[in-house]
Amino acid sequence: MKNSDAIIRLQDLCKTYQSKNTTVYALDKINLEIKRGEIFGIIGMSGAGKSTLVRCINLLEKPTSGDVIFDNQNLTLLSPQKLREARRSMGMIFQQFNLLMQRTALENVCFPMEIAGIKKQEAQARAAELLEIVGLADRKNSYPSQLSGGQKQRVAIARALATNPKVLLCDEATSALDPNTTRGVLELLKDINKRLGITVVIITHEMSVIEEVCQRVAIIDSSKIAEIGTVEQIFTSPKSDAAKHLIYQEPKKENSFQEKENRCCRIVFNGGTAFEPILGKMILECQDTVNILYANTKNIDGEVYGEMIVQLPKDDRSANRMLAYLKNTNVQAEEVDYV
Amino acid sequence: MFSNAMTLLIAKGIGETLYMTLVSTLVAYVFGLPLGLALVATDKDGIFPFAGINQILGIIINILRSIPFLILMVLIIPLTRAITGTIIGSTATIVPLVIAAAPFIARLVESSLKEVDHGIVEAAESMGATPWEIMFKVLLPEAKPSLLVGSAIAVTTILSYSAMAGIIGGGGLGAIALNYGLYRYQKDIMIITVILLVIIVQILQETGMKIAKRSDKRN
Repeated sequence: MKNSDAIIRLQDLCKTYQSKNTTVYALDKINLEIKRGEIFGIIGMSGAGKSTLVRCINLLEKPTSGDVIFDNQNLTLLSPQKLREARRSMGMIFQQFNLLMQRTALENVCFPMEIAGIKKQEAQARAAELLEIVGLADRKNSYPSQLSGGQKQRVAIARALATNPKVLLCDEATSALDPNTTRGVLELLKDINKRLGITVVIITHEMSVIEEVCQRVAIIDSSKIAEIGTVEQIFTSPKSDAAKHLIYQEPKKENSFQEKENRCCRIVFNGGTAFEPILGKMILECQDTVNILYANTKNIDGEVYGEMIVQLPKDDRSANRMLAYLKNTNVQAEEVDYV
Repeated sequence: MFSNAMTLLIAKGIGETLYMTLVSTLVAYVFGLPLGLALVATDKDGIFPFAGINQILGIIINILRSIPFLILMVLIIPLTRAITGTIIGSTATIVPLVIAAAPFIARLVESSLKEVDHGIVEAAESMGATPWEIMFKVLLPEAKPSLLVGSAIAVTTILSYSAMAGIIGGGGLGAIALNYGLYRYQKDIMIITVILLVIIVQILQETGMKIAKRSDKRN
């Protein structure tokens, strides 16, 4: 079959809501392909439609038009019974964990197996195994109210894995967690992806989550896909406004003190150049100084990437010379409005 | 203070009151629980959305709930006679009590089930649960503590209704209070029966709340 390496394929997916005289597009002609075994991110501001999008993948929300192809099967054409069976191959975790509050961790993990008709003893053995994978073997008899947010999400992950899914859908799975717990949960998702080969789809509004674990990312903006590509591509040279906004969003908040008249330049280092003293050389060469406003290096999927935003000298001649200098090196440099 | 006969009468009254209350509550739940489930399931955000059925059920429940109990008792005398063969005594009182309480219970059940976080239902759907599984494995168990609180409210309300039944010949403590306290001016007997009713309500309410609290794993 065509595109057999794509486990999820969305074709011209639309979701509209009808209000009195207007049609509101929650999703507008979404075309997307998620490859088997990858960690795919979907990022957008709140209200962009990303939660609707993920709910359309397992048809918790029925798309108004378009197709959802999962594992070479068009989900929109399935009977309710067949759809329920297909859903067992797609685990899902949520921002609010959505655990059964009246069941212990172990019983929660048993729940999807109960539905799938797996024998109780077998289910309990597997549930215990899964809780061990997520590092909660000692809390199996605790109720959700006795667990921390991170632990609850781990139980939810174990529960989502219970029926051996091919895909794990994560809807803002770390948004209710603090940064440290977030990192732990993301590590776990990475580990699950590597060890079990499960495709992971991550919906988030935080760029840092995407950088940390995803290989490819789609940016969704006002119900449409604005941009799609590898995380490196999007991170080093964002094209759409939505992407730029998401990438610059964090430093913007931190620094709003500098004067407007100075021109700013965003320098992106990748791979090898991250450790060369390019900036130092430039300063020596151009005989003028720059003001570093923001600098950050990140580890993206095993390679070092760096981003830096510098304020160029007020003197236009020096500033232009610096830009020219940077253009001749193998870093990417572009002038940015940075306020 | 009282003659033996009076003590016996009051003891019998307690027995009848408990009999009417508990049996009525039980039978009313047999109707009210499925009715409440149906209300939640057929709701537009429910697991089996069906606006027509939902509206019809809502209207029937509202009509039954808006008839004052005293009038309902008189209104359904033919039905009571057809079912129990009599219209006086505690057993006869169970019929109007059930009819009055079932819609009330349906609303209590409805509000308990609606307290269950929709996200949990969504999670179950994402695992491929059928609507029936969602009802019996998610909604009811998750709402259990709240349902138990509701049943404590239901049983005490039914108890106070049962006392009203004394007016048209029902049994129990209510009848004793009316017959001796009101019609024969024996105020002490009226006070005693009222105190007993208060004590029974307290016990039922407290027990219900305790059981509900113990069953709740959220704290």
